[in-house]
Amino acid sequence: MIYFDNAATSWPKPLEVKEAMVRFMEEIGANPGRSGHLLSIEAARIIYETRETLSTLFNVKDPSRIVFTQNATESINLALKGLLRPGDHVITSSMEHNSVMRPLRDLEKKGVELSVVPCSPKGELDSRDIEKKIQSRTRMVVLNHASNVTGTLLPVREAGRMAREHDLLFLVDAAQTAGAYPIDMESDGIDLLAFTGHKSLYGPQGTGGLVIGERIHEKEMVPLKQGGTGSRSEFEEQPDFLPDRFESGTPNAVGIAGLLAGVRFVLKRGVEPIRRHESHLIEKLIEGFKDIPQITLYGPGEVKDRIATLSFNIEHLSPSEVASLLEEEFGILCRPGLHCAPSAHRTIGTFSEGTVRFSLGYFNTIEEVHHAIDAIDHMARSKN
Amino acid sequence: MPYGVILCPSTHHTIRAEKKVKENGFSVKLIPVPRHLSSDCGICLRISWEQRETIESLLKKEGVKMEGVHLLE
Repeated sequence: MIYFDNAATSWPKPLEVKEAMVRFMEEIGANPGRSGHLLSIEAARIIYETRETLSTLFNVKDPSRIVFTQNATESINLALKGLLRPGDHVITSSMEHNSVMRPLRDLEKKGVELSVVPCSPKGELDSRDIEKKIQSRTRMVVLNHASNVTGTLLPVREAGRMAREHDLLFLVDAAQTAGAYPIDMESDGIDLLAFTGHKSLYGPQGTGGLVIGERIHEKEMVPLKQGGTGSRSEFEEQPDFLPDRFESGTPNAVGIAGLLAGVRFVLKRGVEPIRRHESHLIEKLIEGFKDIPQITLYGPGEVKDRIATLSFNIEHLSPSEVASLLEEEFGILCRPGLHCAPSAHRTIGTFSEGTVRFSLGYFNTIEEVHHAIDAIDHMARSKN
Repeated sequence: MPYGVILCPSTHHTIRAEKKVKENGFSVKLIPVPRHLSSDCGICLRISWEQRETIESLLKKEGVKMEGVHLLE
């Protein structure tokens, strides 16, 4: 079996991730930051270490500015709904996932003005097009770091610089890049970084977080939920300090234990070597596909402009037919359709059928890539 | 030897305090917050009362938020 659905959830996970979760269940298991006994303290230490390790990965000075969530979607909702108010104007791109588009469309109904900057048919964005949309009430720019449909990298650093120049907040959806592409809160000029644990950080599902940059005053940001935090228990009002303000209720501590092992795995291997391996695989895949005339490829051809996620279609075959055949006849698991990103598919001209998406990860091999090229070549010939 | 306790607003800061203080060679322990000091259900850092000033300035330098230092009687 070949797993090419890493953009949805990476699989397999490193051995140390599974071991850390089993160890947590067998030896720790308690509620962090609540009870004060040794198991509760050990659970709290794991959560602390995870914040500190993520701080190293993303260059965050103060680890308390990382708050844990279930996934990037929750992080994006927290950032958008916590900060934007009726009358504010926000700018985003046409390549966004519904994790950004749906909360923004919801906010639009509540009086937030939204501008969606069109991207090229390859999903590329010119940051000058964002600048043209800036007006006096513009509060925030929201961009994905790389598209979950085409793998196109957006110019985050230029957009970050521009956002600072105009004193705007800059939210980055790093669901597809955290762990697979270098991210630096400082030099990328990011104010809010939404990441998920279950993709290129190799943690389990149900883990993620939001990094809240120093330019955000946490008291001005409204939590999505209120509740028990283990702190200030005598008061019925939500704490106003980080990270507790945004972390009510018992966290997914066993998941975070796995995430810690995943982030340590990434730091040990190094983001650059991981990227080199994935870039090599996607380059070979694109090369192989270019020799098959019945295939349409989407997104940038140059690997420097993309991550290891590739969308394509085969003439006279629907994406879902291709995916079914790939699974049944060749043991290749991938994802067909719209990938929760209708706006991105409109941008590249594949709405409403969608595309077939191969998303590669660190554990894929060059042999798997060759096998996939042969499979697609065989399918394209026999159907045309 | 009298003990003192350092109270932090959040578990995150308490754990950070323990880590930074231990890294600098001090012997400390995390204990449940004494009820007479606060109604928090969390933990605090027990330190040697004599070392409180050194530890406090170290923690300030490390960006640990503190709510108070109390003599443990």
